[in-house]
Amino acid sequence: YHMLKEHPSSLVDMYEALPMPFGLVRYGVAPDHPEVKNVQNRFDEVARDARFTFIGNVKFSKELKIADLKSHYDAIVLSYGASQDKRLNIKNEDDSIRNVFSARTFVGWYNGLPQHRDLQPDLTCSDSAIIIGHGNVALDVARILLTDIDELSKTDITEYALGYLRKSRIRNVTLIGRRGPLQVSFTAKELREMMHLPNTRFHTDTELVKTELSANAELISQNRPLKRLMQILESGTSKTVGEKSWSLKFLRSPVEFITRDSSDPSQPKFIKAVKFHINKLEGPPDNRIAVSTSVIEEIETSLVFKSVGYKSTPVEGLPFDEKKGLVPNVKGKVLDKNGNEFPGLYVSGWLKRGPQGVIATTMYDAFETAEIIMSDIQQNKPMLSDTIDNCPKMGAEAVIPILHERGIRTVSYDDWKKIEEKEFEVGRRKHKPREKYSRVEEVLGILDK
Amino acid sequence: MVSPNNHYTTKSEGVTINFITPEGDKKTIIANKGESIMDISHTHDDIELECACEGSLACSTCHVIVDPEYYKKLEEPTDEENDMLDLAFGLTETSRLGCQIVMEKDLDGITVTLPSATRNVQLKGSKLS
Repeated sequence: YHMLKEHPSSLVDMYEALPMPFGLVRYGVAPDHPEVKNVQNRFDEVARDARFTFIGNVKFSKELKIADLKSHYDAIVLSYGASQDKRLNIKNEDDSIRNVFSARTFVGWYNGLPQHRDLQPDLTCSDSAIIIGHGNVALDVARILLTDIDELSKTDITEYALGYLRKSRIRNVTLIGRRGPLQVSFTAKELREMMHLPNTRFHTDTELVKTELSANAELISQNRPLKRLMQILESGTSKTVGEKSWSLKFLRSPVEFITRDSSDPSQPKFIKAVKFHINKLEGPPDNRIAVSTSVIEEIETSLVFKSVGYKSTPVEGLPFDEKKGLVPNVKGKVLDKNGNEFPGLYVSGWLKRGPQGVIATTMYDAFETAEIIMSDIQQNKPMLSDTIDNCPKMGAEAVIPILHERGIRTVSYDDWKKIEEKEFEVGRRKHKPREKYSRVEEVLGILDK
Repeated sequence: MVSPNNHYTTKSEGVTINFITPEGDKKTIIANKGESIMDISHTHDDIELECACEGSLACSTCHVIVDPEYYKKLEEPTDEENDMLDLAFGLTETSRLGCQIVMEKDLDGITVTLPSATRNVQLKGSKLS
């Protein structure tokens, strides 16, 4: 968007793993937050620009590598986000345990992400669920589990997820975090929504909240977002009526997943409880850390969601900072391991700054990367070399035939619009904004009919 | 009197708004009553204001800084607007979302500053769902 506006002679090609564009706006934003998705209209405008080409259904790093692209582009911007979960670093974290899910997987599932289409969460075995994490994604999961099904059925949530949620017995959701009330990561709008859930009580350690609020009164008064957030939290303590409930538990870090004894050793075991150790907070008020005590608490549950953040995946040919989980860069210009600028390689979004921030943050971040690219062009800084006889780079015109030779069925933006039209059509019949296709084969099948 | 964008605006209907760009340039526009700052930015190419959520109080990209004189004249922001302002970069005492400011007679002569977007400050720990 920014490149095309400020540098009109540029041509921009976008390679996307799925046939469907928009990434987290389509698969991360909650179905009951349709206004947040309005930004798709901006994306659509960009995509329709004659200088822009969308190439979908191409798995970067597997089917297409940086080495393939170097001779056909002056610059490459890596903007593939953060697709891995941060680890809890507990004993049996990697065991396949039934009904223990990453929150992002669950969100992907109800939003129609093909990769998680067949999650099959069991929402009927008990009335309670635990979410490990105190961020907006954790609140999203809680809200979707506790929202009236009739309300959800009017959104673009997938029909199959709606089927599971209709049969759900979950009525109580507990969000467990390792630090205290002042260190939560979720924000005001999302917390307010939780407090406004109809027929839903709110529980928390009110003594702890009171103590933390008064002990940190000065810090809170100087921080507007924190002050408003804490006001909403305090107001919630009066929500004592309702058949459903949600709770915030603080100062607990998971230690182990406890599973049910199973008669069939070939099947993965089912979650039964989670063992936590209790923490205390230490450090300066604006940087409190959780220090474990020796006190252990076991909480019974049959459904667990892990929601403690994300990290990016390294790819061949791209420098990577394992510790920070992002690509080393300065304002979006990639740096090699010696700290020197890597000609022609740029990053944007979560891969550049880490997986935090709202659409606005990521948008400005993208503009910053675009500015750096344009400034580099103006200063005649070296771009990607490997030119063939100093000819101008050909971009998608050269790359698409290569992909076709490799047997990849690329998807154009016009193709996507056809699919989207069908999504709207099917949605209309169900009184939903759209009914998302959740299987790549189905989408390709429609296109190739 | 025909304004630069061919809106027929008589002196009695038009309201003046001054924009200060991030680069410090001042642009004066004669707007129509009832137009929001978001509307004005859409019909004037030289006013660059992003409006990602199209005025539905789901983002903070239309954040503007209002001059203190006129800030007082505006109606108090709702909880929903304040929730989004909490997330805006470079929030000030007189910040508002441009999509919520509707031009009326009493705002004639208002000046709003478009905040600079580039920054090194990290937004700590919040992820919009």
